[in-house]
Amino acid sequence: MAPSKYDWPVAGERSLIGTRVSRVDGPAKTSGQAKYTLDLVPPGMLYGKMLKSPYALAKITALDVSAAKSMPGVKAVHVIQDVGTTIQWAGDEIVAVAATTEGEAEDALRAIKIEYQPLPHLVTEEDLSQVGTRGKLGEEQRMGDPDKAFSDPEAVISEGFYGVPVITHCCLEPHGDIAAWNGDQLEVHASTQAVTGLVGQFAEGLQIPASTVRVICQYIGGGFGSKFQADRWGMVSARLSKAAGAPVKLMLERDAEQMVAGCRPSTFANVSVAATKDGTLTGWKSQSWGTGGVGGAGVPPLPYVVRIPNQAKRHTAVSTNIGPARAWRAPNHPQACAITMTALDDLAAKLKMDPIAFYRKNAALLGDRSANYMEEFTKGAELAEWDKHWHPRGAGSSGPIKRGLGVSLHTWGGAGHACICRMRIQPDGAVEFEMSTQDLGTGTRTIMLMVAGETLGLPIEAITLNIGDSKYPAGGASGGSTTVGGVSSATRRTAIDALDQLFAAVAPSLGATADQLEAVGGQIRVKGAPGKALPWKQACAKLGVHAIEASNKNPGPGALISSGVGGVQIADVSVDTETGQVTMNRMVAVQDCGLVIDIKTAESQVFGALIMGVGYALFEEKIMDRATGRMLNPNMEFYKLAGLGDVGELRVHMMTGPGYDERGVIGLGEPPVISPGAAISNAVANAIGVRVSTLPLTPDKVLAALEKGASA
Amino acid sequence: MQAFDYARPHSLAEALKLLSTDRDAAVVLAGGTDLLSLMKDNVIAPKRLVSLKSIEELHRVEHNAHGLRLGALVTLDTLSTHPVIAQHYPGLAEAALGVSSPQIRNMGTVGGDLCQRPRCWYFRGGYGLLALDQGKALVPDGDNRYHAILGNHGPAYFVNPSSLAPILMALDAKVRVQGPKTSREVPVAEFFRTPTSATEYENVVAANEIVTEVLIPAPAAGSHQAVYEVRQKEALDWPLAAAAVHVHLAGNKVTTARIVLGHVAPTPWRAEAAEQMLVGKAVNEDVATAVGRAAVMGASPLSRNAYKVQLARVAVKRALLRATGQLAVPKA
Repeated sequence: MAPSKYDWPVAGERSLIGTRVSRVDGPAKTSGQAKYTLDLVPPGMLYGKMLKSPYALAKITALDVSAAKSMPGVKAVHVIQDVGTTIQWAGDEIVAVAATTEGEAEDALRAIKIEYQPLPHLVTEEDLSQVGTRGKLGEEQRMGDPDKAFSDPEAVISEGFYGVPVITHCCLEPHGDIAAWNGDQLEVHASTQAVTGLVGQFAEGLQIPASTVRVICQYIGGGFGSKFQADRWGMVSARLSKAAGAPVKLMLERDAEQMVAGCRPSTFANVSVAATKDGTLTGWKSQSWGTGGVGGAGVPPLPYVVRIPNQAKRHTAVSTNIGPARAWRAPNHPQACAITMTALDDLAAKLKMDPIAFYRKNAALLGDRSANYMEEFTKGAELAEWDKHWHPRGAGSSGPIKRGLGVSLHTWGGAGHACICRMRIQPDGAVEFEMSTQDLGTGTRTIMLMVAGETLGLPIEAITLNIGDSKYPAGGASGGSTTVGGVSSATRRTAIDALDQLFAAVAPSLGATADQLEAVGGQIRVKGAPGKALPWKQACAKLGVHAIEASNKNPGPGALISSGVGGVQIADVSVDTETGQVTMNRMVAVQDCGLVIDIKTAESQVFGALIMGVGYALFEEKIMDRATGRMLNPNMEFYKLAGLGDVGELRVHMMTGPGYDERGVIGLGEPPVISPGAAISNAVANAIGVRVSTLPLTPDKVLAALEKGASA
Repeated sequence: MQAFDYARPHSLAEALKLLSTDRDAAVVLAGGTDLLSLMKDNVIAPKRLVSLKSIEELHRVEHNAHGLRLGALVTLDTLSTHPVIAQHYPGLAEAALGVSSPQIRNMGTVGGDLCQRPRCWYFRGGYGLLALDQGKALVPDGDNRYHAILGNHGPAYFVNPSSLAPILMALDAKVRVQGPKTSREVPVAEFFRTPTSATEYENVVAANEIVTEVLIPAPAAGSHQAVYEVRQKEALDWPLAAAAVHVHLAGNKVTTARIVLGHVAPTPWRAEAAEQMLVGKAVNEDVATAVGRAAVMGASPLSRNAYKVQLARVAVKRALLRATGQLAVPKA
């Protein structure tokens, strides 16, 4: 591609990009000054609460809200689902009330008279033979000649059952919002990953012009893919607010958050893999199934990453009454990875091959990123001390505590989304820029300021950034690892455009032309003549009375972004074979994502992913009760998350420099959370000599696998 | 949570007057770490809370040659840090330290630990202590991975959640229960009971009574004690199985033994056969393993919790090795 004025500065000419900058909103968050939606209490605010279905599948046969309407403090009652509706999961919302206090709102819910006709539900799917007509068998997909690959008498074949259950998103700040009307203008404070996107959703849902809707989200306490929608409770808060004539806060309680607002689909699979004796992969067969609620679930990309030439696979989507699926960091990838990389690990063990050597042997099947994977294996092995600690499966130390290492790899896209940036440079030197994007906690504010500072030659403290409000130019939803590419490229283009205007205004004073100028170190100066310079403020004074205003967007010209990343992770665990307890010694993550703007927040993103990964590998499961159809652990007591004492040492290495930087900026949110399940499961298998079939790797399953292994 | 009255009396007599024989009318509030969640989940909805915080005598720790007297409001943090307790009742200090988090240990109390309600998810979900849905028991065919493996022939299947009860029982402690007129001392072994009907409670404290103190006799010379909990997570997690061991040694031979399991039955579970097996023996790995096996004799696991039998065995073995200084806790 021909050079463009919008390219990134090359290595050696960067002042901020590629350095380590602490997140700019860290102090506000750690001191409590940062106000999340849940923290806000506008004057006159009412509390909204919703009556939830106790049944997983039931028809509403009678509903009377008259007593609730006349309860003390109740200002509005809204029937969400009326008589005759069939409820499809426990926790589904039926009636909402708004009252002066939370207590009054709860009292009003208790005064609602409702009757249901319960219907037979299905809430579990691990045993496919029990799902009856609720399973929808997809078409078989074939590639190459799988039958030949598996019937080859020389083939080494490994067969196994693998699986990942439904887990929840478990956002620390629950879903919900505060809606307030000023005449026909609706203002919504929402806990959302899509400030701009919610405007259209509220407008459409309430049948009002988008120009009358404003959405604000300065801070969000976790989304992980579950907060792209205005959601039913969003519409309800707006309706309650309209009816009551006051702001209404409607945010989910913890139990509802777990029951209805987060669900990563499950995947289970019976897998057969074939290879030649030297370890070259030849065939893949899988029968997989999974659920993501009533709508079933998407088909996971099996086999994951590895392009095995001969394949036969078939997937069954199971419809269950467990609450609807939502995108969870790297939708379908963690499940596909956990199944593929464990099945391949079992095959490598059967071949008596070191799994890293096995992947190297099959490097030709790893696609465009294969060379990067090979570099990442080398780096990962070094950081994990693979040569020192890895041993053939089950051939570890004597004694009840067994140590093991496991490896996995993953990929993701991460191309930047569409968005618009606007920047003003004032004659007094002040710089302000804005976009209706949001900072999920990933460091979006920080990297936008770094790009602006890099481009204008200013420290980030000299620049003001406004985001989190739909009154600013349109941003994209923060999903699919698309934010960093979008906001960084739009900011870069906008800042370059603004600077061009400033150069034009300043050039005569420096006796140069605009294209001879550069902005470096707080100065506007003539390239190659450092003596001919004006400090930033004096330069801006040349603007006279008019501020510069510039706006640009992504997509646009210049090789600023691309997509397609790879990563390798290695888990190091110890397993207490008497109790089945798995302890994390270490997780190593080696990750590429093109040009890294802020090494520190990028590493932080990977740390977060590893902690989340340890959680779903060892602890997390949405546990449904067959008889009652309800979730048994809609809390943070038995829905277990990893704590600091559970994660072990985390070692993160970002691949940067030649071969990576010139690819431009690529997103990072999803990829590092994909591999932990497979890597940790493989480490446990390496430690104890047998496979624990499904995540999470709980003591009961570890002990059962050991017992089965001993009797086999 | 439903609205309630809050009372904070300054004397035990005053507190007792504020209670009633009806559990729905009034309940006692100590640290509140369990009570608050029970109320928020609408498992209980008392009309009045009677806080014991301002009753000074309930905060006292007294010790002399005869033993230790712990006011019901002594915190778990105090238990885990008190030098006298660490020296003479190390098993108790260990058990207190095992309780989930510093925050809980700062608020949680001795009386509250004993009187907290079971964590059974059907109970917490509104199906009652016996987990009944329209008369049908939910646990046997349901998800019973965390339920009882001993004393579980119905109708109760929950496990006793107390962290202190096993070691207190092993130390032959008694609980003082004060009623409106009289007080009584109840051995910890008799403090808990397994309900046989939906109207029965899991301990002997009536609605109008208050646990005021725990009395622990001073251990004789040669006392060795320890607890061992098997938990999945490092912190903020309930034990899957736990054991408390208290033995006296003469030379290297066991003269008396108390072995009590926690989190395996509706009450703390004393393993008498295992105790008898241990007396007269020197503790080593083989003996500890055999005693662990004996401790779970009669276990009848439910559909999903057979693994807990193994965990209980290991907990006993490791507690015993630890009590006798033979186990630097294997840190996985």
